[in-house]
Amino acid sequence: MAASEPTPPSTVAAIFAGFFSVGIIGFGGVLPITRRMIVEQRQWMSGKEFTDILGLCQFLPGGNVINLAAAVGHRFRGIPGALAGLAGLMCAPMAIVIALGLFYGHFQDEPLVRHAFAGLAAAASGLIVAMALKIAAPLRTDLLGGLVALVTFAAIVWLRLPLLATMAVMAPLGIALAWKRAR
Amino acid sequence: MNDLIDLAVLYGHLSLLAFGGGPTVLPEMQRQIVEHGWMTAAEFAALFALAQAAPGPNMLVSTLVGLRVAGLPGAIIATLGMITPSSVLTVICLSAWDRFRDAPWRKIVQAGIVPVTAGLFLAAALLIAQAADRSIPLALLTVAVAGISFATKIHPLWLLAAGAVLGVIGAV
Repeated sequence: MAASEPTPPSTVAAIFAGFFSVGIIGFGGVLPITRRMIVEQRQWMSGKEFTDILGLCQFLPGGNVINLAAAVGHRFRGIPGALAGLAGLMCAPMAIVIALGLFYGHFQDEPLVRHAFAGLAAAASGLIVAMALKIAAPLRTDLLGGLVALVTFAAIVWLRLPLLATMAVMAPLGIALAWKRAR
Repeated sequence: MNDLIDLAVLYGHLSLLAFGGGPTVLPEMQRQIVEHGWMTAAEFAALFALAQAAPGPNMLVSTLVGLRVAGLPGAIIATLGMITPSSVLTVICLSAWDRFRDAPWRKIVQAGIVPVTAGLFLAAALLIAQAADRSIPLALLTVAVAGISFATKIHPLWLLAAGAVLGVIGAV
């Protein structure tokens, strides 16, 4: 597979179709599925190119896969490509979640629905706890990095400081720490 | 109309603050939505859970908040607010990014932001769990799901389904 040359999507519709396939099957982590679609199934770009664009999307604010749909679409077909990537990625999940939301709004006072959603909410929060632990795990052996994470956590949870103010202090601090280490 | 403008402003600025991915802005989203009087923290947690049960990117909670606050137009405005600013920024930076591919500062900034992102994710997890877990059995369910999801590669949809079933049969 590595031998064959990547073949960029030839139309805006192909970009829409590719990201549509990701949006409709991606539960939980959409990123691995996006990589498989772009690099392995449709072979739009090499694994190295993908990793490079992903680096930008993770570096900038916003949902990683959302940024990726815009970036990949734009690389191949300009602004229409970016719009096609975003629309393809978002349209099916949005329709499904709106249907779920209308259903929930209509039946949320039914005891059965209420109990089901209480269990669902507790399980969903468990998933994000696990995600947070996976991201924080490498800091176990990094005292100063762990301290930066702890202060950020305390500022948001206990002090209830606004995110913008917290980021304005903690991000430069984290970067200064990484800079000092790199020297 | 005012709600639509407020939704656009809220999600437009959260989009540009979401360093490290969407979930890092969940605590701020919850705080501002509750302060605005749109819903309680527990209602927000329920909408977050609903968004997790749908396929696609995990920022669909913005769609549901918009839907609750201002119907279908609200859902569309909130979603566009969440994806547009960061997407525009990404497209603008795309060509410059290639030029800085091997610049040392790129690696330093990327490494420096990691602990901040970790702290924000942990804060998001705690606040969402606090809002969702209104009883001891619910809290135990959260801990169990977190442990299983952390230690295994089980598909998250199974764990969500298990949570809903446990809720229906009255176990939690």
